[in-house]
Amino acid sequence: MNLLMIIRVAFRALVRNKMRAALTMLGIIIGVSAVIAMVSIGQGAQQSVQNQIASIGTNLLFVSAGAQNVGGVRTGTGDTGTNTLTIEDLDAIKREVPSVSMVTPAINTRSQLIFGSQNWNTQIQGVSEQYPDIRKWNVQDGSFFTDADVRTAARVIVVGQTIADNLFPGTSAVGQTVRVKDLPFRVVGVMARKGQDQQGRDQDDTAFAPYTTVQKKILGSPRVQLAYVSALSQDATYTAQMQIGQLLRQRHKLGPQDADDFSVRNMSDIAEAANETNSIMTILLASIASVSLLVGGIGIMNIMLVSVTERTREIGIRMAIGARSSAVRTQFLIESVVLSLTGGLIGILLGLAVSLLIPSLLGWPTLVSMAAVIGSVVFSAAVGIFFGYYPARKAAALDPIDALRYE
Amino acid sequence: MQSILEIQRQNVGVGPELLAKVDESPVVISLDHIHKTYTMGDVEVHALRGISLEIKQGEFVAIMGASGSGKSTTMNIIGCLDRPTKGHYFLDGHDLSQLSKDQRADIRNKKLGFVFQGFNLLSRTSALENVELPMLYAGVETVERHRRSMAALAAVGLAGREKNHPNQLSGGQQQRVAIARSLVNDPALILADEPTGNLDSRTSVEVMEIFQRLNRERHMTLILVTHEPDIADYADRVVVFKDGKIKSDYQIESPRNAAEELKRLPAVEFDDDDDDSELVANDAGKQKES
Repeated sequence: MNLLMIIRVAFRALVRNKMRAALTMLGIIIGVSAVIAMVSIGQGAQQSVQNQIASIGTNLLFVSAGAQNVGGVRTGTGDTGTNTLTIEDLDAIKREVPSVSMVTPAINTRSQLIFGSQNWNTQIQGVSEQYPDIRKWNVQDGSFFTDADVRTAARVIVVGQTIADNLFPGTSAVGQTVRVKDLPFRVVGVMARKGQDQQGRDQDDTAFAPYTTVQKKILGSPRVQLAYVSALSQDATYTAQMQIGQLLRQRHKLGPQDADDFSVRNMSDIAEAANETNSIMTILLASIASVSLLVGGIGIMNIMLVSVTERTREIGIRMAIGARSSAVRTQFLIESVVLSLTGGLIGILLGLAVSLLIPSLLGWPTLVSMAAVIGSVVFSAAVGIFFGYYPARKAAALDPIDALRYE
Repeated sequence: MQSILEIQRQNVGVGPELLAKVDESPVVISLDHIHKTYTMGDVEVHALRGISLEIKQGEFVAIMGASGSGKSTTMNIIGCLDRPTKGHYFLDGHDLSQLSKDQRADIRNKKLGFVFQGFNLLSRTSALENVELPMLYAGVETVERHRRSMAALAAVGLAGREKNHPNQLSGGQQQRVAIARSLVNDPALILADEPTGNLDSRTSVEVMEIFQRLNRERHMTLILVTHEPDIADYADRVVVFKDGKIKSDYQIESPRNAAEELKRLPAVEFDDDDDDSELVANDAGKQKES
């Protein structure tokens, strides 16, 4: 008896008990679709974090004044009260650390921008002309300011999309003049839309001016709270981090016992931490979902056992007319695999549908993983074989005389 | 529509020349001092105590005996469903007494045909598919399987009923499907275990007519287990079992002729091939009789 015939016989047996087959499959359907949906939610989250990090730049380093944690007391970074980071430090980094390609200070202040009768309270960041390259953030309209603007502390400003939308609705922002603290600034460019950052802050609600202008004309202070440093490559970030640390300790004349009065953070570390969190979440979700797959498998075993008992006479007839034990065993094993695989395939469709619906229903990003789909098929077939084997063996071990007498 | 039974009647003829042939025929079955002992807890039950029996090609043998006489055990051993504790069983000259489970399954498939008291057809499966089943396990090609099944169903008078499921057939028709199933692999021997036990007397005669016809025309070897003496009278030879031994073994000089008897029965009653209302076969049959 060839395999195709056995599969046909198995299908026919399942069709005879449609309701029962459907209910049994439901366990596998729910299990498989849950695994696929959960994994795609997890992968989606991971993907979106990675995208965000990639958009910031993986070879990016943050240098900030003040230590992240000194004796558990001073936990703030970029503390406005600390004066430990200077423009000279940054120049030294650019000059002396070979693994560093670009440096920009980021001097933050909040101020009101006024244009005609409109005003908008926003964050103004004093940066160098290299900022767009370091942050991988392009200018959409006009252009970014130049190193000449930085040297001369020119009153030029580049605004984010949110500011452009609010201050200059319907008109082009480039070439307009806005007032900041009663000083006129010429808008030279509008940044491309960037969206929210990891903390959910609107990155487009920021204006950029030369750091010299911010220091001298807005803040009147030489303080630098934060700097972005771009390493030559992603691989060079760790070296750059170490070398910056050494250089700053040297420049700040810190002894071996002294703690850092600055901190250098690395985007890869942040990315890795976020990835790890997401992986753990994905594994957790998938394993919870797999439990339902296991329960589905037990359901199959239960039904197959009932089926073997119920069809004892049929087994007896088949054996009497010449079915070998192996043919009977294969028949029941195939039935169980057909049950679990059919359930698995329906589960995949359902899981894919759910994965596609989640972004629009719940607003979570999802990413369907081919590995999860293939894994589910393999796993559901394995469930069918594993949980079908015992009932099938029981059927094959029946004695034809007893089986024929069974009422 | 011409009744199948009319054709059957024309074909059946029992002549002494056929009986004479049997004596020269080769031995199909040879039981040599067969013992069968069951152990039930501490008690040993001797079901068979040294049975020796020879059945030749083309014989129609009825095995009789009360329950517990050992006739069913003998049947199971001949049918390769069970193995003897002691002794030898030869089928077509091959010793089958110590075969493995799979080897016995193959023998049942290719050499033996079974007809049971309870028909034992697969429910919710068409007559055709039921008849095809033994060939499925024998690995016969689809086209050949179909051809042989159709021929076998036609031979038992069920042409046109191929698509019917067992619950759409009368008891007699179901038993005829079972006979067709037992025939398809061209076995050396057909074993019928109380084949008329669930049938009314009229349908019983019909079934016996088919058996007699297979025996006379195709020279098919038949073993019929029954406890009804009038059914045993259709056979050519009767073996009576008692207490695990053969009590008597004799030839019947003039067996009953089922075809002749059917002719004498009122014509209106055996017209069951055209009747679509017979869903409850046995009950309907019994009511007809009373």
